[in-house]
Amino acid sequence: MESNKNFVVGIFDDEDVLVSAVENVREKGIHIHEVYSPFPVHGLDEALGYRRTRLPIASFMFGITGTCIALFVQTWMLGYDWPMDIGGKNHASLPPFIPVTFEFTVLLAAFGMVITFLIVSDMKPYSWPRQFDIRSTDDKHVMAVDLANNKLSKDEIGRILKDHGASEVNEKNF
Amino acid sequence: MQVTSTIREPLVTGGKTVRDVSEDISRQVEGKPTRLWWAALGVSLVLLLFGFYCLCMLLWEGIGMWGLNKTVGWAWDITNFVWWVGIGHAGTLISAILLLFRQRWRMSINRAAEAMTIFAVICAATFPAFHMGRLWLGFYWALPWPNTFGSLWVNFNSPLLWDVFAISTYFSVSLVFWYMGLIPDFAVIRDRAVRMGHNTRAMIYNALSFGWQGGARAWMRYESVALILAGLSAPLVLSVHTIVSMDFATSLIPGWHTTIFPPYFVSGAIFSGFAMVLTLLLITRKLFRLEDYITIYHIELMNIIIIITGSIVGIAYITEFFIAWYGQVPAEQYEFINRATGPYWWAYWSMMTCNVISPQLFWFKKIRTNLVSTFVISIIVNIGMWFERFVIIVISLHRDYLPSSWSMFYPTMYDVGQYLFTFGFFFTAFLLFAKFFPVINMAEVKSIVKATSEKKH
Repeated sequence: MESNKNFVVGIFDDEDVLVSAVENVREKGIHIHEVYSPFPVHGLDEALGYRRTRLPIASFMFGITGTCIALFVQTWMLGYDWPMDIGGKNHASLPPFIPVTFEFTVLLAAFGMVITFLIVSDMKPYSWPRQFDIRSTDDKHVMAVDLANNKLSKDEIGRILKDHGASEVNEKNF
Repeated sequence: MQVTSTIREPLVTGGKTVRDVSEDISRQVEGKPTRLWWAALGVSLVLLLFGFYCLCMLLWEGIGMWGLNKTVGWAWDITNFVWWVGIGHAGTLISAILLLFRQRWRMSINRAAEAMTIFAVICAATFPAFHMGRLWLGFYWALPWPNTFGSLWVNFNSPLLWDVFAISTYFSVSLVFWYMGLIPDFAVIRDRAVRMGHNTRAMIYNALSFGWQGGARAWMRYESVALILAGLSAPLVLSVHTIVSMDFATSLIPGWHTTIFPPYFVSGAIFSGFAMVLTLLLITRKLFRLEDYITIYHIELMNIIIIITGSIVGIAYITEFFIAWYGQVPAEQYEFINRATGPYWWAYWSMMTCNVISPQLFWFKKIRTNLVSTFVISIIVNIGMWFERFVIIVISLHRDYLPSSWSMFYPTMYDVGQYLFTFGFFFTAFLLFAKFFPVINMAEVKSIVKATSEKKH
């Protein structure tokens, strides 16, 4: 992580004010570092211009992998490696393999996706987050604007945030 | 600005703000447990210890300690297994299927219901695990792991093996789903601990929250993960009880060999699960003063689900009887006559009274919005659902093809003891959960406070 960076931190009380503020601030050409909220705010990711997450694709790939592994393993074990005669039925037939295949698909899709989520979001049990304002998990929405990526001065950015409904504007250095 | 719908009843009452939500839900995690909590934990631990003794005896002496005999080879063990698995279903139904249907009333009950799912599945798993006798060899018997016991691999054609995969997948996916929901709420408790100066607590809850910050990007991914997990869990939960029912339906025993079992078992599972959610939530709501979050409206909606699933179960019972007559198979016909009029008639009629008649009382609005009647009926429903499994399993077995081997099943102390063990475990786990974890999903409730909270008067 980058160190010694200065941020202007705008605190918002209401999610609708926040979303319109994000849109307006970005129109003014200000680059927003990130917005922290106590709950998911709908439309915020579009307002911030984030690209849709590709986690569903990751999940699908893990799921397909699970399907293939489960079908292969069952067919190989009962069909080739150690065929068993159970009531004269086929050694390997598809219908009885479906339940285990389905379960294994779900298992890999779910676990693969969640582990991918933790990795791409850089979430670890031993890392302490860099918090701009501790109230962002309670009831405040926190917009962090980093000065290094913006041409405007601290005071100008602070004034713009205030104009768009920020209830407080603070400064934060890391 | 608060917007209150004039059509729908508020989901959060008492004019709560976002801040009140963190305060009300985190309080019970931060404060000292009450005397009532200690007393309840004490009772649960006594059950757990007595059950643990019975489990040790079962391992030491073998499952001959149970009351099973040659005719009735499955009795309380599998009854309890199916009962507990069924109870678990409500948690996933609430969190996954109601999420897909965008039912916002799930938000204040899903956390506790999912916790219930996880504990119930653990309880369920103890029965087949101990039924294997030599538990330590179960790994070879239940998983495809090379061994020298005869058939090199497990038999993938067997519904019992499907069960192993279904239950373990269900357990682990539910656990992940539940934990994902807890992550932002652990962060709330961490930040409150920082403000209060409790460093150890902050450290622990930070580790539990994986250092959650709540950035917009993280929330976007998080919501996508939650939606897909719900999409995966919805068919999963239906598959689990379907596969459990196939343990019976794919056999040739009269009374078990019926194609109606999968939907019948799934609706029965949701029926009993919602009853257990109500039993637990009515207590939790009272103990932790959550009346503003789990309102009468929530309870009424859950009771409506109980009427629907209870009626499906009732129709399934009648259909079974009709098909037994219509199918003209003497063994099947005898089996059903024996259910209603044989030596276990009392089990059958308890099942019919508790499952078919008692939920119909919820048609009356007064009864379904009354806490006492809801609590009583929720317990009656679960007694009925236990009898349903007992009826299906024991009555179908106890009078088999040879009248000379007909017999009755009498439970021993160890049958009862293992059942008590699961109760001890279930309530101990739930009490610990309710004390150390936020019982209501704060992040989700906060997201609806503005739209569906009652106006302050």
